[in-house]
Amino acid sequence: MRPAPQRRRLKAKMSASDHVFRGVARGGGAFVLVLMLLVGTFLGLRAAPALHKAGWSFLTTAGWSPDGGGFGIAEMLTGTVLIAVVAVSIAVPIALGTGLFISEYAPRRVKRLLVSLIDLMAAVPSIVFGLWGLFFFQPRAVSLSRWINHWFYWIPVFRVNGVDQTSALPTYTLYTSSTFIAGMVVALMVTPIACSIMREAFSQAPLGEREGAYALGATRWGMIRSVVMPFGRGAIVGGTMLGLGRALGETIAVSLIISPAPLLQTHILQHGGYSISALIALQYGNATPFGLSALFAAGLALFVLTLIVNMIAGQIVARSRSGAMSEA
Amino acid sequence: MTAADQAAAHVTQGTAAEPDASQQPRTTIPPRPQQRRAAREPRPLAMIRAADVLSVLGALAAAICTTALLWTQIGPFSGVLGYIVVAWCLFVLFYAVLVSLDENRTAMRDRVAAVVMSSLGALVVIVLAFVIGYTFWSGWKALVHLNFYTHDMRAIQITDPLTKGGVLHGIVGTLIEIAIAMGIAMPFGLLAAVFMNEVPGPFARFTRTVVNAMTALPDVLAGLFIYATLILALGLQSSGLAAGCALAVNALPITCRAADVVLRLVPGGLTEASYALGTGQWRTVWHVTLPTMRSGLATAVILGAARAIGETAPVLLTAGATNNLNHNPVNGAMMSLPLFAFLKVQEPISNEITRAFGSAAVLLVLVLVLFAVARAIGGRGPGQLTAGQQRRVVARSRRDLARYTRRARAAQVPMGALPATGPSLRGQARNPHHDRWAP
Repeated sequence: MRPAPQRRRLKAKMSASDHVFRGVARGGGAFVLVLMLLVGTFLGLRAAPALHKAGWSFLTTAGWSPDGGGFGIAEMLTGTVLIAVVAVSIAVPIALGTGLFISEYAPRRVKRLLVSLIDLMAAVPSIVFGLWGLFFFQPRAVSLSRWINHWFYWIPVFRVNGVDQTSALPTYTLYTSSTFIAGMVVALMVTPIACSIMREAFSQAPLGEREGAYALGATRWGMIRSVVMPFGRGAIVGGTMLGLGRALGETIAVSLIISPAPLLQTHILQHGGYSISALIALQYGNATPFGLSALFAAGLALFVLTLIVNMIAGQIVARSRSGAMSEA
Repeated sequence: MTAADQAAAHVTQGTAAEPDASQQPRTTIPPRPQQRRAAREPRPLAMIRAADVLSVLGALAAAICTTALLWTQIGPFSGVLGYIVVAWCLFVLFYAVLVSLDENRTAMRDRVAAVVMSSLGALVVIVLAFVIGYTFWSGWKALVHLNFYTHDMRAIQITDPLTKGGVLHGIVGTLIEIAIAMGIAMPFGLLAAVFMNEVPGPFARFTRTVVNAMTALPDVLAGLFIYATLILALGLQSSGLAAGCALAVNALPITCRAADVVLRLVPGGLTEASYALGTGQWRTVWHVTLPTMRSGLATAVILGAARAIGETAPVLLTAGATNNLNHNPVNGAMMSLPLFAFLKVQEPISNEITRAFGSAAVLLVLVLVLFAVARAIGGRGPGQLTAGQQRRVVARSRRDLARYTRRARAAQVPMGALPATGPSLRGQARNPHHDRWAP
């Protein structure tokens, strides 16, 4: 009987240059890691004094006067979430339709052009969207706000205080600078992000299953519903969540359009609103050290919110069938 | 070929192979008239029929007219945006009714879905065109004056006409800040991406997790971080350097993640071939991995820069604001284009607002240029070369061949003994398919 072959010892001997390369690469990775961790921990450290003083009431107090009296992010958090929800609920149907159009309906040449245009839209600076929203979109959108309010005022979020339903002359100033209009402008920034993720997944739907659906007599829409959409379900949810993460953190367009409301504003069509990022952009300049700590606490809350949303999105995309194949 | 044709062919072959042709065939085939096939018209395969186009146009006309009726006669509707929304909903409704007149429900749903998807795609393009077009249109009065590009806002009253003052300080500031930001974000982002791919392990995994998490960092927090560390804690003044650092904190995770995704797509065969030839890790990365993914990496970096160049919030917190041209990133406040637009738009004077739109338009041009460069470089797969690169690779291979030949002559070795006179590893790695190196 032959003795069992001994396991060969595999030992790679690295050259000096490889050692140097690995060292440099590790150093670069460590630098990035340290910088990123520093941002996170620094946020936490600077936020600690304010959070310590305010405690849990930080999340439930409305009003911002950190140097005298209470402060909390109830109104900003509500505003941030409302703007993001408005943005996502407008952007996702558009992104879904556009993604399906690009991957399923468009001819090849149009497809490449559209993919470029969507990427370009993602690169357009938010100040450009903000200017457009403030000067072009808002004057035209107030009538839509008024129309929605006129017909759907019985839904609580569409209610506007102080509006006279019987008056023939509409008071448009009640509808400007609202959460709804800011959310619609943010939707334009969210659409390309959600759309590119969805399109990527849709275009990877397996050809065999598509042809199988066609062979069974499906129309194109039937094929999309039975093959493409189930295949890309993870990407639809993940793209929505990534868009939500972007919408939560949007600063400039929101602070240009919205005007800070003194109260907790849940009527999305009514003038006034607030968001955490707008609060930071407006308040950082005249903040005392303790006020800055309070701003850091608000920033930390925003960061934790976006982080949770993005992590869930990443998990959903990675676990889905389409995400397992793609590298994103 | 139809099933009947196949059966016929099979039977014909079978009888031909039989030795006794007079034997009664087991299958009787009815005679097929030959001229019917010749007379058969080619089936139209076009997907669009005249009726489809007509029903789209009809539904569109009906929707526009009905909405006009609602708006002008019935009320209480007003406003352009509501008009478009209602008209679109009515269009889809009318189209569904029109199609269902002569198709069944399944086909009707298919048509309606196609129309809805196409109009959503068109909506995005139209909105993008509107946003870009409106920016240029509103800033046009400022953009036509040459002084807008050659002057700063020094000693300009806000009531001065557009023939005075400009955004030169913003252009210079933007370019300096983006150079600082990408000077930090690009090398470290690429290095970290290479690290995550080449030195795998728990440390690399942890780095990847943290970097992915930090892409969620809202842009205003990057500014707040630099404001609290560099400016408040370390005592640096608001300057271009601080703004560049804030943009770098913003761009670093984005660049790193994009480069990481690109590097994961390197074909394993190429790196393995390199290792099989005895190349070390460093030389493999430098000569195979990075050149293969050059266009993808360039695209990732440029798109990261295009994203960072338009960020306003980090700059707002860190750069300060000035009306003067400042070339020095370390000393003094620095203006940038998005910040200029953000500050000027809040003045209640139409000239200032025009200037704001003008600077947004210049910023948009910068983004478009970066984007066009990224498209020109990227969009090619690994190993797909431009005509110029192909020529250079061929020339290099020819030089190699000439060198081998000279050396072989000098050593008196016959040509056939050389190992296939291959081009250098670099040429092969970049373009595995080309075979034009031979003279």
